[in-house]
Order: sequence, then structure tokens, then C-alpha cells
Amino acid sequence: MEIYKADVVIVGGGGAGLRAAIAVAEADPALRIALVSKVYPMRSHTVAAEGGSAGVKQASDSLEYHFNDTVHGGDWLCEQDVVEYFVAHCTEELTQLEHWGCPWSRTPDGHVNVRAFGGMKIERTWFAADKTGFHMLHTLFQTSIKYPSIKRFDEHFCVDLIVEDGRVQGVVAIEIASGEFTLVEARSVVIATGGAGRVFRENTNGGVVTGDGMALAYRHGVPLRDMEFVQYHPTCMPGTGLLFTEACRGEGGFLVNKDGYRYLQDYGLGPAEPTPRNKAMELGPRDRLSQAFWYEQQKGRTIEGPHGSVVHLDLRHLGEQKLRERLPQIYELAEQFMGVDPAHAPIPVRPAVHYTMGGILVDGRCAAPLPGLYAAGECSSVGIHGANRLGSNSLSELLVFGKVAGVEAARHARSVPAGDSARLLKQAQAVEQRVQGLKTKSGGSERIATLRKEMAQTMEDGCGIYRLADTMQKTCDKLDELKDRFRNVNVEDKSSVWNTEWLLAIELEYQLDVAQSMACSAIKRRESRGAHQRLDGFEQRDDVNFLAHSQAHYVAGGPPRIDYGPVRITKSQPGTRAYGAAGEKAEQERKASNV
Amino acid sequence: MSEMQKTIEIEVLRYHPEKDREPHRQVFEVPFTDDMSVLQGVQYIKDYLDGSLSFRWSCRMAICGSCGMMINGIPSLSCQTFLRDYYPARVRVEALAHFPIERDLVINMEGFIEKLESIQPYIIPKEERTLAQGEYLQTPEQLNAYEQFSSCINCLLCYAACPQFGLNSSFIGPAATALLHRYNVDSRDGGKAERMELINSEEGVFNCTAVGYCSEVCPKHVDPANAVNQNKTNSAADYFLRFLAPKGGAK
Repeated sequence: MEIYKADVVIVGGGGAGLRAAIAVAEADPALRIALVSKVYPMRSHTVAAEGGSAGVKQASDSLEYHFNDTVHGGDWLCEQDVVEYFVAHCTEELTQLEHWGCPWSRTPDGHVNVRAFGGMKIERTWFAADKTGFHMLHTLFQTSIKYPSIKRFDEHFCVDLIVEDGRVQGVVAIEIASGEFTLVEARSVVIATGGAGRVFRENTNGGVVTGDGMALAYRHGVPLRDMEFVQYHPTCMPGTGLLFTEACRGEGGFLVNKDGYRYLQDYGLGPAEPTPRNKAMELGPRDRLSQAFWYEQQKGRTIEGPHGSVVHLDLRHLGEQKLRERLPQIYELAEQFMGVDPAHAPIPVRPAVHYTMGGILVDGRCAAPLPGLYAAGECSSVGIHGANRLGSNSLSELLVFGKVAGVEAARHARSVPAGDSARLLKQAQAVEQRVQGLKTKSGGSERIATLRKEMAQTMEDGCGIYRLADTMQKTCDKLDELKDRFRNVNVEDKSSVWNTEWLLAIELEYQLDVAQSMACSAIKRRESRGAHQRLDGFEQRDDVNFLAHSQAHYVAGGPPRIDYGPVRITKSQPGTRAYGAAGEKAEQERKASNV
Repeated sequence: MSEMQKTIEIEVLRYHPEKDREPHRQVFEVPFTDDMSVLQGVQYIKDYLDGSLSFRWSCRMAICGSCGMMINGIPSLSCQTFLRDYYPARVRVEALAHFPIERDLVINMEGFIEKLESIQPYIIPKEERTLAQGEYLQTPEQLNAYEQFSSCINCLLCYAACPQFGLNSSFIGPAATALLHRYNVDSRDGGKAERMELINSEEGVFNCTAVGYCSEVCPKHVDPANAVNQNKTNSAADYFLRFLAPKGGAK
């Protein structure tokens, strides 16, 4: 067992992890930082974010508007004090990225340009063409190289947290190239491992998005909050689920059904105007758009394709020049993967799982209930997304809360003594033995891929865009069965170097825990809110009983225990969530009643 | 697999350092559909035929840069190369050329990471600016000067294409030169003089023999050959300027 003594260890080298690492390095250059990532940082899934990152930029905009859009968009399940902090820090963080070299798209006079995005009242989405996440990630990765106190453990796969004396004191990781174990001792641990979208069948996520950090914290008693809220993005490639950014619609694209009709006007998002107005039609929020697709499918107004029903994302009227400039990656994806030239033909699309709104329970300073543990980014539930995230808030979240997590982890590391190395090593050796056991045991008969596919299918069946008690129950039962069968999993490959079959088995075990937290939280929420929509007598939002965060607590050998925590309401009382003309009317009424 | 199912043969170069003295070939028969990428074919092998096959992949959409392989001898991203372009013939898949193989299709890319780290790939500000002062102004033309070179996904196809890198692995090579150039020509940056010391060195741009294959295989139109050759000019100018100016001469 290798041992590395750090002060702060960060698990995950995507946007949040890199931002946290830089924050620690800037807070105190004397602190030793270990950045542990199962892939080279620039492979992390932040790389695939396309459309942009939100921050108030224009004189006509305000922090209050961004706050209201976010809280309404989240169907009032947001921590409002945290949202307030968030919107107040987005622009400064985006400017910091600009100073670090991010190639933001510009206006002719050289200022950073902004574009429209779904559910946002004013254009405030900073963008780098349609490769915003890619550019942010590479900017952060390359900038991190400046800081000598950041020691990277690239291609190191984290298998457990070390908790001793009631506080987290390090992690254990496998060096993928050798199969050797490393104990990284640290006084603070930041988890920044991203989401868990791969537990669903059709999703936009990369193979690495397997909920590792969520499962690790959860198994150590940290609740996973609001896990039933899983975002379906409305415009994805049929079959593979690859993403066509919301910026397609931010730039003026239409969504039409088989009759060429802009069907969103039938779902409270109209009126249909030649250019989508902010917070209306194609610029409505993702939950509403994915739900509208489902109804169109029920009505037989979608188009049948080889990978299920589709509608058309029509960008033709934007013209080739604008598409090449603003949406170059989308253009190439459509051409290369689908043989569609979007300047001359509409793109077939359907919803796919995109984002986990819930995650590791943390407070507004990114601290989990386990002392020394922090979390930031998609793996965390800091409370800004509520029941439905607005597009372009998550990239800003990485920056704002990645920094907070880093600052707090640094402060904590200075405030507590180093642990007892001998006891930490003893724990780490027990972890090694357990994890090696998965590989060395013989006689298993379950194929990893079979279990994984059955999990992904049952999650889609039970926890899709619309949900019913009996199918959710079937999903919960199926997950019980899969966890049981996992004990009989077969890892054929017994070797050490680059044994990815072994790692896939460990990931699958993480995924099964996270999937279970989602399904068990979903069936208990007997209302409809944001991305959690039911059709079995609970079609309405129920603020009396469910204006509350679900918290899934890990129970070894069984389904989680679910309880609820309060939602912090400061400035915005729950009201009608409406878009399009109805939304404008509701906003006027709110203003009138406040006066 | 039903009898009606079309299949395609994928020949994979296997190498396991714990078992094999040298790489060998293995052929798998994989169900074929028209929209399958080579990556999906390789994933099928791992899921259902041989769980011990190792390769890197993640995003599936040609942006994370993980899944570069030699496909019928050409450096390619396996996620955006499609089996239909080979069917019904066999497809040959190998680890990227010119890199040490760690196992199967996984190469050792530590050398590239060291090059990337060595070129100071971050803004060294020409003039300091506080966050309160807001963003640096940068016109679309100024952005254009470097944007293409900032689009490199570090997939290393260009190194697998570069004959010089094949001969001399310490050559800085196409992607790292493109990245160096990206920062040098960014209007916010003032670090060119420091970076040019590396490019003028033994392992710098003059190793390039202008084959241009790197730009041909680049999946992101970065055109590293262009960056290398601009830097030859810069480097040559720099060489003569150093007789006139105290340090490097670059402004």
C-alpha cells in the first residue's frame, strides 16, 4: 500500500474538483492538495457541457431576476439563501475564468456575449460557441498546472473514504495502470465526482458518470437529498442519447411534431411567435418540454424512428453560417452521427436523462454532516436546483461552489490535527482486502453488463418522465433483486494492470446504491413537482405535505430509509409556476400583490 | 444472436504485460447495425465476449478525447468512426501508434502530459486586471486568432500520425505546439518569451518535417501543422532577434 500524506484530498477532476483544488492552493499555498481522478482531468464529463454558463451580465438584468428564475424553475424546492449566494457570485466566477483564458464568445466591441436559455427571463448565458464545458474544463485544467501544491493522481479510482474518530481523514484509491492501492491521508475531503445519469438506459452522459462519490458518502451515513429529481433533457439523439444543446433553441430553433406544428403552444408555453420569446415555447424549462413530448407521443403526433418516437428540432431557418458559428459541434454531431445536415433538414430528437438534481447533502458552505467532508457540483445537493435545474446553472455551480468547497476544506484542514496514521492504514488495508475480494473470488455467474442493462432499463421504466406507484414499486423490487444478484457477480479478469472489468464491477455497485436511493425517494413523494411527475392521483404539487427535501439514508442489506428536511424559504413564497403568456400574467399579479 | 442478425469481424490487437511477451491479434464477431460506431463494437466485445479487453472511452461524442485508436491503420476516434464504412469487411483496431502500450488498446500518455505541463499552458497576463475591473476586452478577430488552436481535445491522434514523433518521442509534437501557440497569440497573454525558449530548444518545432498528416487526422480541425509552421517562422525570427534584444526578443 502506497501512502501519501495530503492536507486536502479532492476526489474528481472535473470542473468542480479543479476549481476546488485551485481555491485551496490560493487560500494557502502551504497546504498539500491531492487531486484524485479516475480519468485524466480533461476527460471528465464537464467536457461535454455545450450551451453555456449563467451569470448576470446585462444592465437590463438583475440578481433578483436570476434568483426568481432559478427558484421558480426549481418549483420552490430550492434553498433560497443558497440561491441568493449563488446568483451573487456567478458573474465574478465567470470573469475569473475569462482572466484564466476561457475563450468566451464575444460581442463586436470585445465584451463577453450572452445568449438566451430555457427558463431564463433575460439573456445571461455566457458561452464559448457550443463547447462551453469543454473550454471551461480545459481552462481550469491548464490553469491548475500553475499551482505546485496540487499533486494529481490521474487515473486513480477511489474505492472508499476513511472515517476515523467521527471525521473523514482520507481516501483509498486504486492506481489503474498497476492495480496497486494508495491511501491518501487528508484532514479534509472534497467529493466532486459528478452525477449518476448512467443508471438510466438512454442518457446524455459519458461512461464515467456513475455516481461514485454519491455512493461513497451515502455508505458512510451521509444522506442523499432529493434523489427522485432526475432531469430529462428534451433534445437528444435517439438511441445514443447524445445531447443537442438547449442553445439550439436559445439561438432560435423550433420543436415541431410530425405535422410540422410547434406543439409546445398546446402545453401552456405559448403563444408561438416567429422567434421564441424568453421563458416561452422552446425557451421553456426542460421538465415542461420533456413532459410535452410525452403527451405528444400519447396523442400519436410524434414520428416513429428506429430508436423510438421522435420530434423534430428544426434549425433550418437559422442558416448555415449562423449554425457553423454558434453551434459548430451540433452541426458536426448531426452530420457525422445521423447523416443530417441541420441547415437543410430537421434533426430527429427525443428526451434522455441528463442530470441528477439531487446528491450528497451539504449546507450552503458545501459541508456534509460528516465532519471534514465537502461536496460540490453535480454529485452534491447544495440546494440551488430544487425539483428542476435550469440550463446553464450547473456550469456556474461548478465554479461558485467548487471554490466554496475548496475554501472551506482548506479552513477545516488547518483547524484539525492530522490523524493517527497507523489506524488509518489499518482501515485502508481492510478496504483493500474487501475490494480485492471482488476480483479474487471465484464461481460467480452474473455478467456485469447484464446486471447493468437490467438496472438501466428498470430505472427508465419506473422513474421516467411520468411515474406510477406500481411501476416504481416494480423498479424498487427489481433493484433489490439486482443487488442480490450482484453478490454473485463474475469478474473474469483476475489481473492487475488496467483491469477495467474489476472497476466496472465496483462502479456497478455504486450505481445500484444510487439507483435505489432515486427509486425509493420517488415512490414516497406523493405529489408532482418539477421533474417528478405522477399520473396516479398525485398530479398536483402538494406544498402542505411535500414542500420538503427527501433524504435517503443508507441501510446495509436493504432499501434506504427516507425522511424529509425543511426547505429554506426567504424571499419567494411558493406560487404558480407558469411560462409563456400565463407566466407573464402570473408575474404581473405577483408584482401587484407585493406593492 | 438471431440467425438473421448481420455481423462484422473486429480484429483487435491484444497485449497484456502480465501474460504476453508481445502483442497478438484476436478476431471477434460482433452484431452489426448501420448506426454502430467502432467504439460500440469494442464495447460489445467487452460486455458479452471477453470482459478482459481494455480500452479508454467516455463521452461517446468526440469531445473527451479518450477513445483514439488505429482503425485500419489510421489514427481515429472510435466513437465517431462507424462500422458501416467497413462492412462487410473486417475492421482492424490497434492501440495508437508511437506510444508504449499499457494493455490492449490503452497507451501510456504520461509523456504527452509532461509536455503539456512544460509549455506553461495558462495565461501569463500581459497586464494585471482585478475581477472588479471585469473582463479583458477581446474582439471577435482577436478571439479568432487563437480559437482554433484552443479546440484541441488532447486525443493524441496527431502524435500517432507524426513520423518525427515516431522517431523521437521527446519531440514536443503537434498538439503541445498548438496549445503553446494558442496562448502565445491570445491578446490577453504576455508569456510568449518564456514559452519560446522551449520551442527553440533541441526538442522544439524544427524537428517537424512538414508532412502535415497531423492536421489531416485531427478530428477538431485544430490544424496543428499550421501552429508548428507559424512557430518555425516565429522561432527563426526569434533566433535572429536574440542578437538584438536582451532576452528572446519576443514582445
